[in-house]
Amino acid sequence: MSTVVDDHNHEAHHDHKPSGITRWLFTTNHKDIGSMYLWFSLIMFFVGGAMAMVIRAELFQPGLQLVEPQFFNQMTTVHGLVMIFGAVMPAFTGLANWMVPMMIGAPDMALPRMNNWSFWILPFAFVILLSSLFMEGGGPDFGWTFYAPLSTTYSNDSTALFVFAVHIMGISSIMGAINVIVTIINMRAPGMTYMKMPLFVWTWLITAFLLIAVMPVLAGAVTMVLTDKYFGTSFFNAAGGGDPVMFQHIFWFFGHPEVYIMILPSFGIISAIIPTFSRKKLFGYSSMVYATASIAILSFLVWAHHMFTTGMPVFAELFFMYCTMLIAVPTGVKVFNWVATMWRGAISFEVPMLFALAFVILFTIGGFSGVMLAMTPVDFQYHDTYFVVAHFHYVLVTGAIFSVMAASYYWLPKWTGHMYDTTLARLHFWCSLISVNVLFFPMHFAGLAGMPRRIPDYAVQFADINQITSIGGFAFGLSQLLFLWLVIKCARGGEKATAKPWDGAEGLEWTVPSPAPYHTFETPPKVE
Amino acid sequence: MSDKRANNSKIVKRLLLTVAGMFAFGFALVPLYNVFCEVTGFNGRTNNEPAAVSQHEVDKSRTVRVQFITRTAQGIPWKFEPEIKEVRVHPGEVRVVNFLAANPTPDDMVAQAIPSIAPAEASLYLNKVECFCFNQQPLAAGNDAKMPMQFYIDPDIPAHITTFTLSYTLYDMTANATPEALALLESTE
Repeated sequence: MSTVVDDHNHEAHHDHKPSGITRWLFTTNHKDIGSMYLWFSLIMFFVGGAMAMVIRAELFQPGLQLVEPQFFNQMTTVHGLVMIFGAVMPAFTGLANWMVPMMIGAPDMALPRMNNWSFWILPFAFVILLSSLFMEGGGPDFGWTFYAPLSTTYSNDSTALFVFAVHIMGISSIMGAINVIVTIINMRAPGMTYMKMPLFVWTWLITAFLLIAVMPVLAGAVTMVLTDKYFGTSFFNAAGGGDPVMFQHIFWFFGHPEVYIMILPSFGIISAIIPTFSRKKLFGYSSMVYATASIAILSFLVWAHHMFTTGMPVFAELFFMYCTMLIAVPTGVKVFNWVATMWRGAISFEVPMLFALAFVILFTIGGFSGVMLAMTPVDFQYHDTYFVVAHFHYVLVTGAIFSVMAASYYWLPKWTGHMYDTTLARLHFWCSLISVNVLFFPMHFAGLAGMPRRIPDYAVQFADINQITSIGGFAFGLSQLLFLWLVIKCARGGEKATAKPWDGAEGLEWTVPSPAPYHTFETPPKVE
Repeated sequence: MSDKRANNSKIVKRLLLTVAGMFAFGFALVPLYNVFCEVTGFNGRTNNEPAAVSQHEVDKSRTVRVQFITRTAQGIPWKFEPEIKEVRVHPGEVRVVNFLAANPTPDDMVAQAIPSIAPAEASLYLNKVECFCFNQQPLAAGNDAKMPMQFYIDPDIPAHITTFTLSYTLYDMTANATPEALALLESTE
């Protein structure tokens, strides 16, 4: 991954780097840090995945077989936390580190030392979080949403560790976001105007602003939980004059923009891949930018749709229902733009394109179930059932995770300098595509039939559906080992990749050799 | 290059200020939420200070049904119930409803009742002149008490509210008792 092709590099003497562990500990190079983020994210993906396997194994049959209910709750909680803060968000930050400077013609991120810090505090956060599982009394078991009073009055002694872990994750994301914003504002190559930036850069710029706006609110929420639990305050304690419902308002004020933090960069990735393999320019570039910005603004006005059953006045329910449905408009603009890009294009189905197409279709399914959940009257039926679980796994697994896979297959040759094994990649795609639908599609029906989420046991009539779901889950989990194998194989060797392995690709990252030299664009490129 | 560095730190400063501001905003949401609830009746809270005695004309043309629900939170095994499950009152009319509490435990305890109204909109029109929920209520071991609640409904209450429910949850506050409650507890012994 780190070898340098000297004949392409005119400044090879700048290219030496410390070897061994110190290279990775002290590095300020955006490519090194990007790689570390991506590896960290992959490790966390398997850690969170292992927890999902525990959940699916327990749910394979009705009754309690393998784990205690309290441990089951810890698994659902930590699975959510690890996948959101450990897998999806670091994957996007890793991609931003690797690609944003190369896409805008910058030599590195604007604040390289802070970049090193924002990565290296992350493993500590997850060591704290995961080690709490092995403490007496167990780890967090109140759901990743840590609703009060579950996380205050009824939580176990390790809650402080959970709070500090979330604080560190938040600081890491905020530093990453600041870095991305400063880089994009200040480090663009001459001629790279805002409206010429690739959409991945645009979507990340908007995501970074969302992170800066809401991660501090999350930090505030966990701090209030901390003081309520340990220092006798009553933010969320009704007996002391607080209000547990207020917790949900504060949490979802963070939580809803957070779901767009986890999907906007995906939109950027897909907007890079579909034009490449359709051999056409992206349809409606500026409308894509405006749609992304509108989604980001609307995301601040819809938080209470997570709380329709808390007894809000009808007016508030209608307001949040209509605002939520309004988000379908800019999202629809995006989906139609991708389809219009493919229209009459010379399409070829390389692996990144396969994942991008699966993204467009399956993310849209997740979007539709989202519109169903947005309707207040029907939400009373769907609330806290497996329908919700099906919905957010369609948008996060076949949405966010598939887009990260697509990005990896798209840029792996640039990162490693080797072409990956496309047969293996296709096998990974088809196994994932089939198993992920076997896994998540039946959950819709379980939810409509009334199966509650986050419960280790269930009524016998749900047995068949859960068995199918679990089989899909094991298959999806195993399929990801193919990806791990493929990435390792590709990093170690393989057919040499050219500077531009995809003939339809556009962008500055394809003008540098593969693998990308340790330092790129030390003299800024000229953008027409 | 040095220009760019200065420029970088300017943006970083602004972004860090935004971060600090949003952290403060998270905490500012707490008083904002309270004000919002007070103004809109959102979340069904009632007044926790005595309201002025009714100067309103009694509106005999309509009656509103007021239902009472009581429950005790975890860790407080008191008996706690309203003397009457529901009353029909004319808007403007002052009524007293007694709530009965008994402490069957061998320990002296202090409790706090927290009210909530459904539908929340009705909370804007319920005025409590006197309520046991304004203060902590002490009960010595084995004792019981009759706790009064005096209220009237604002005649401006919208016509579509014909029934509302006032619920009280009783919380154990022995560990966080106010000096007044403790003094009361001692005077009963």
